[in-house]
Amino acid sequence: MNQDSRESRHKRPLRKAPFVVITAFLLLWMIGVATGEPSRVLEQAIQVCLSCIGIG
Amino acid sequence: MERVRKWVQVIVGFLTNSSWSFPFTNTIYQGPLKVICAPGLNCYSCPAATTYCPMGSIQQLLGGLRFALENGQYYFGFSVLGSIGVLGGLFGRLICGWACPFGFIQELLHKIPSRKFRIPRLLSYGKYMFLLLFVVVLPLVLVDEFGTGHPWFCKFVCPAGTLEAGLPMLFLQPNLRNTIGLLFLNKFVIMILFLIWAVFSSRPFCRTACPLGAFYALFSRVRLIKLHLDEAKCTNCKACHHVCPMGVKFNESPDDPECITCLACMNKACKFDAISLEIGGIPLAVADRGLAPASKP
Repeated sequence: MNQDSRESRHKRPLRKAPFVVITAFLLLWMIGVATGEPSRVLEQAIQVCLSCIGIG
Repeated sequence: MERVRKWVQVIVGFLTNSSWSFPFTNTIYQGPLKVICAPGLNCYSCPAATTYCPMGSIQQLLGGLRFALENGQYYFGFSVLGSIGVLGGLFGRLICGWACPFGFIQELLHKIPSRKFRIPRLLSYGKYMFLLLFVVVLPLVLVDEFGTGHPWFCKFVCPAGTLEAGLPMLFLQPNLRNTIGLLFLNKFVIMILFLIWAVFSSRPFCRTACPLGAFYALFSRVRLIKLHLDEAKCTNCKACHHVCPMGVKFNESPDDPECITCLACMNKACKFDAISLEIGGIPLAVADRGLAPASKP
């Protein structure tokens, strides 16, 4: 890493938007988990979805 | 760096498809790992798949929403949306470039020597239509007599599902061959067309029809890991235009929703260190100076 990029590291502020977005979706995921959704997802995912593969 | 990316694609492809017992069981993996979300488009009915496809699951959940609500189950797809939202916030379409098996297949097909063609930018809006209409609206709105919607994208379009799941399942379960009809023929033709198109154009499915790519593209401005353009160093030589497999003009649009962060512009094109990889605004790396010949997008 050259000197210019070391300088720009100090110049550029930390972007906060990604952390807000990640936190919001993490909360959404937790709500989904709290409603028991993963067990439904698992139920679906362990069955061969015939319509998904264009057969059923 | 390009070699590292290829290895990551292979490893992620293997990890999301690491159940190799199907030649003996003649069916798909049915273990608990399938509660984990695949980062890329990877059909969960693929015999080797160990994770669930977020697009397939969300369509199934939305299709069954009325039935679920009637039974007091609030399955709105929040866990799936949350999973891909976190991935989108972290990586955005970097996942398309580094962790999607179907993207990798298209890249390999594009290596077949042939005349190469550009994809008109207008077609890139098609994937947003597929995301909104085929993944959300139609499964939610068009329901049968039991109040159940269908996974429209998986059922009528998804070439990844046909390639990774449909064809292997027909091979593994011969009794399924009797049920082949127009539905399968439609999907088979779509798959063939996209695979042929991938030989002549770079990543045509990712750019024109992938709903997961469309979702990750929504994070292009806010994702944690992305490429940064140092405008003071950029000479507008346009070298980055010629190497991008997604047709991005990086110096004109550094937060382009099509950018899959393959790093081709940074490593193969820019000689002025104007492009760097950053995490949340902090520079992570500059070019590895492994300049290589450009390929037509």
